[in-house]
Amino acid sequence: MDLSSIYTELIMEHSQSQHNKRRLEHADHRERGHNPSCGDEITLEIKLRGEVIEDAAFTGTGCAISQASTSMMIDLIKGKTKDEAMKLVETFLGMIKKEITDEEELEKLEDAIVLQNISNMPARVKCAVLAWHTLKEMFRE
Amino acid sequence: MFNLDVNEIRKDFPILSLQVNGKRLVYLDNAATTHKPVAVIDAMKHYYENLNANPHRGAHYLSVAATEAYEGVREKVRKFINAASSKEIIFTRNTTESLNLLSYTYGMKYIEPGDEIVLSITNHHSNIVPWQQVAKAKGAVLKYIYVDSNGRITPEEIRNKITSKTKVVSIGHMSNVLGVIYPVKEIIEYAHSMGAIVIVDGAQSVPHIKVDVTDMDADFYAFSGHKMLGPMGIGVLYGKAELLEKMPPFLTGGDMIEYVYEQETTFAKFPFKFEAGTQNVEGAVGLGAAIDYICNIGLHNIHEHERRLTEYAIDKMKEIPYIHIYGPKSADEDKGGVISFSIDGVHPHDTASILDAYGIAIRAGHHCAQPLMRFLGAPATSRISFYLYNTTEEIDIFIDNIKNVRRWLGYGS
Repeated sequence: MDLSSIYTELIMEHSQSQHNKRRLEHADHRERGHNPSCGDEITLEIKLRGEVIEDAAFTGTGCAISQASTSMMIDLIKGKTKDEAMKLVETFLGMIKKEITDEEELEKLEDAIVLQNISNMPARVKCAVLAWHTLKEMFRE
Repeated sequence: MFNLDVNEIRKDFPILSLQVNGKRLVYLDNAATTHKPVAVIDAMKHYYENLNANPHRGAHYLSVAATEAYEGVREKVRKFINAASSKEIIFTRNTTESLNLLSYTYGMKYIEPGDEIVLSITNHHSNIVPWQQVAKAKGAVLKYIYVDSNGRITPEEIRNKITSKTKVVSIGHMSNVLGVIYPVKEIIEYAHSMGAIVIVDGAQSVPHIKVDVTDMDADFYAFSGHKMLGPMGIGVLYGKAELLEKMPPFLTGGDMIEYVYEQETTFAKFPFKFEAGTQNVEGAVGLGAAIDYICNIGLHNIHEHERRLTEYAIDKMKEIPYIHIYGPKSADEDKGGVISFSIDGVHPHDTASILDAYGIAIRAGHHCAQPLMRFLGAPATSRISFYLYNTTEEIDIFIDNIKNVRRWLGYGS
């Protein structure tokens, strides 16, 4: 296993950057995500304007992969509609499951495309998908 | 007299010569499960090639051979933990099943509304969740014994929590997170004086220190085969005869009965009353070979070897300013070969993943002890744990690569 394909500069930047890590005042949706087997825990908060995600942020603790993945997702979905965000969640999960490999399709994930290699690290997949599953749960309700 | 040749021992464990990610395997996750010596693997192979049949059933040669193999291990286990009778040894799948057996039989029958069940905050989930089920079903109260800043239980805390209202005390003999070996004999003596029975989870202790259930006067004692060089899927529950006698059965069905009528059944005597269905005879045979292997090396040698490794590792870890150790910070007599720690700025999962890339197996997470993690104020920790085949050289490799962990996460050193 090549660590440099996982612990890329971009992932380290995102995991250490705090720009999406805060409480949202007056959030419309709040959802807790948890990996019971390893203890990663995030709370995702979303503020909507109509169908559009006006703001998003998270709090919680976890490894570099889960924190970076959450931060990348938040950058990606801000300004998108709920439906667009859900499509991106499916694209991300498809990428991790190796079901979507089309580069053009994956480009839509912006920074989060660097998490593609996590699919080769089964022990860390759940860290990478935590935020995305949490968002899916949030909008399912 | 200390006598343990680790290089000779390592030759008995084929998996230790494995290459992981192009590096020599350094296995430091023995509190999770241990590797198996050739003697254990061969004993199970020998069973299937020479003795296999359904025990306790047929009159034919192989059924008798399988019965003798299975019952022979029961006697071996009795001797190993110094129980009074082999009838007091019940085979289960693992410690979790042993503890569930107790909560569903003893707990559901004898716990009444308002009774108190006392647990230790260091207990594994398997020794917490079953008691929560009992407490909810019966309206009982769960109370926790807390530990001091070194992970130890004080006599005052024992006296504060165990009272005349206490019906059951269920406690881990050694913490799988902090590595502290608890004074169960003293706890049992006090609990008995208050009229409570005591259940000891020995999953982490039986593989590493001499356990004498008669001397400590435990009412029940549970452990797993796979943490002591044996196979997965075989565990033990020891119980005092007078308690096993009055307990209802756990699982029901084949082999645990006397007479079955259309509407009624009479049950077999213990231990068979608690062993429904075809048992894991292969697993028992493997456990028997593991006990032989451990006895041949000597538990006092194993404990002293691990104590030296723990001392060596703690001394090295204390030299690194960004490592923090949970629990005792010296290899005292009551410290087993388990060290939980954190690295500043690095989440335990990243620590474990990066060390794995260098062939080093450690555990990261909550170690099935979420209440303890919350008590310690740590969402997760990293953990190294030793056994008789580990070496100081492996600890050196671990320490050297801690620097790599920091480097990958963008720290200078």
